[in-house]
Amino acid sequence: MFDIDLWREIFQSINKNRTRSLLSGFTVAFAILLFTILFGISNGLQNTFKKIFVDDASNSIVVSSGRTTKANKGLQAGRLIQFKNEDFNFIKEEYGNKVEYITSRVFKNVRAIYKGEQSTYPLRAVHPDHQFIEKTKIKEGRYINQNDLEKQTKVVVIGKLVEEDLFVKTTALGKYVNLDGIAYKVIGVFTDAGGDNEERQIYMPITTAQHLYGNNDYVDQIRLTYNPEMNYNQALSFSTLLSKTMKDRFSVAKSDQRAIRVRNMAEGTKAISMMTGVLTFIVFFIGSGTLIAGITGISNIMVFIVKERTKEIGVRKALGASPKSIVSIILLESILVTAIAGYVGLLIGVGVLKWIGPHLKEYFITNPSVSVTLVFGATIVLILSGALAGYLPAKKASKIKPIVALRND
Amino acid sequence: MLKINQLHKSYPIGDTSLHVLKGINISVNEGEMVAIMGSSGSGKSTLLNIIGMLDEADAGEYILDGLPINNLTEKKAAVYRNKFLGFIFQSFNLINYKNALENVALPLYYQGMKRKERQELALFHLEKVGLKDWAKHLPKELSGGQKQRVAIARALAANPKLLLADEPTGALDTKTSHDIMAFIQQLNDEGKTILMVTHEEDIANMCKRIVRLRDGVIMEDKKINQVRAEQYV
Repeated sequence: MFDIDLWREIFQSINKNRTRSLLSGFTVAFAILLFTILFGISNGLQNTFKKIFVDDASNSIVVSSGRTTKANKGLQAGRLIQFKNEDFNFIKEEYGNKVEYITSRVFKNVRAIYKGEQSTYPLRAVHPDHQFIEKTKIKEGRYINQNDLEKQTKVVVIGKLVEEDLFVKTTALGKYVNLDGIAYKVIGVFTDAGGDNEERQIYMPITTAQHLYGNNDYVDQIRLTYNPEMNYNQALSFSTLLSKTMKDRFSVAKSDQRAIRVRNMAEGTKAISMMTGVLTFIVFFIGSGTLIAGITGISNIMVFIVKERTKEIGVRKALGASPKSIVSIILLESILVTAIAGYVGLLIGVGVLKWIGPHLKEYFITNPSVSVTLVFGATIVLILSGALAGYLPAKKASKIKPIVALRND
Repeated sequence: MLKINQLHKSYPIGDTSLHVLKGINISVNEGEMVAIMGSSGSGKSTLLNIIGMLDEADAGEYILDGLPINNLTEKKAAVYRNKFLGFIFQSFNLINYKNALENVALPLYYQGMKRKERQELALFHLEKVGLKDWAKHLPKELSGGQKQRVAIARALAANPKLLLADEPTGALDTKTSHDIMAFIQQLNDEGKTILMVTHEEDIANMCKRIVRLRDGVIMEDKKINQVRAEQYV
C-alpha cells in the first residue's frame, strides 16, 4: 500500500510551496503548543494537590478531642474529654461494617539515642491498622502486629530519616535504640510519601506506650478509614453520625465544635477532584477550540491550494490521473502538514514544560508534564484533523473537469 | 481508427441551451493528419474535447479503435485517456515545479510504471524531441518552443494511438511554429495519427486533410497536398 511515488509527489508539492505550508502549519503547531503547555500546567497543579493529600488515605476520618466550650447536661464548660481504649473498641464494634481500618494514636516526644548519636523525635503509638491509614511503606523488616500489642513488646518501627540520623555507619534493623531511657528493638524501617516530617516519626505498639509511659489506657486520637464501597454522601453521613454518637457518649453539646472533632478527608478530596475536573474541562475546551481554529485554517488553505492548482489537476487528469489519486494527493498533503506541524508544537510544548517546570514550584505547580497516552492520542487526533481539514478540498479537487486544462487563460 | 456518427452537444445557458454540435459525422483512419478549422464558436474545440474524452456528447456515437466511448466513469475515462490519447495544449500545460523529465514521466506514473523504467523511457522521448540535455530543467528555464517539445514528448510517452493538439502553435512565433510543425509532421511520417485544432490557414495546410466547421456542422472535409514545414526552417 505504501506508494513511494505518491509521497514523492506530496513532498515535492509541500517543498515547492514552503511558505504556504509553513503558514498553514503554524496555526496547528501553535494550537498544539498551547494545548500541551496548558495541559502540562494543569497536570502540575493536580500533582501539587495530590502531593498534599497523598500523606494519608483519602477516605480517612480523624476523631480527636479537646476541652468543652459549652455547658451541657449540668456539666461545666472547659471539661477535658479524654478518649480511652473502650471508646476505640466501641467504634470498632458499633460501626464494624462501615470501617475499613481503625487505629488509636498516642502522641509523645522522645529523646532517642544510639551509640554517640542522639536527637528528639515525635512518637506515635498505634494499632497495626495504622500502616494502611497513614500509607506507611515498609522499607525493611516489618510493621507492628497483633502479637506486639498482646505482649506489649518493646519494639519500634522508625522512619528512614531517623535511621539516617542515628545509625550513621550501620543499618538500624535489629539494633536496640534508647528512647527516654528504655531500650527498644528496631523491627522495621519505613518510608512515607508525606515528606520529611513523616519520615522522622517513630511507631510503637499502643499497648507498650500506654503501659510504659503512664500505665493507663488513654488514647489521644482515633483514626479510621471508611469502607471504600461507600460513596461520598454515605461517607459524609457516616462521619456526621459518628460525631453525634461520640458527643452523646461524652455528654457534649451538639454545637460544641472543640470538645469532639470529626474530620472527614472525603470533603477535601471531593473539592479537589471537582476542581481538577473543572480544570481539565477548561484545558480541553481551550485546547480543542484552538485546534479547531487550526484545522479550519488548514482547510481554508487547502481550498486555496486546490483553486491554485486547478489547472495542474486538470492536466493530471488529462494525462490519466484517476480521481482517487487526486484525492490522495490533497488529503495526504493536508494530513502531513497537520501531523508535522502538530508534532513540532508538541515537541516545543514538552520542551518548554521541561525548561520552565522546575521554576514553577512556588506557583503550586509540581512536575508539569504530558503523558505518553496524551502524545499517542494527539497523534491520532492530528491525523484525523488533517483528514478532516483535507476532505472537502480533496473532494472538490476530484470533481475538477480535465477540460480546464484546455482553457487558455 | 476513429468514427463519429451524428454527434450532438449543447450547453445550457440560463434558461435556454446553446446547440454547439449539430450532428457531426467524421471518421479518421490510422496514419492521418487532420486539421479541424473554424472560427471561434464553430464548435471545433468542443469536438476535440469530446474526442479527447474530456467532455461527453449528448447524443451520437463515438468509436475509438473499435471501442464505443460513452457513459464512461471518471476512472475509466482516466484509464482510456492515458492509454489511447496524447494531448498537446496551446499553453503547454507543463507542471511548473517538475522538471522536463518528471513532466514527461507523469503519464507513465499514472500507468503504474516503476520509477526507474519510466525515467528511462521519459529520457528516451526527451532525446527524440532533442532535449536530452535539458532533462533536469524546470519549465520556466525553457523557451516556448522547448516547452512545447517537452509537452510533445509527454504526449508521446505513453505511446498513444491518437495525438490531439489544441492550437499547438498558438502561443509560438512563426519560426518556432514551423519548427514544431516539422516535428509533428515527422511523427505523422512515422505513423502516428494526429488531430489538431487550429485557425491558422498555413498551419492547417501542413496537415493532410482539413475539416471545416461552421455553426456546429461540417462545411467541408477534403484531403489536401501537404505543405512540408522543413522548407521554412
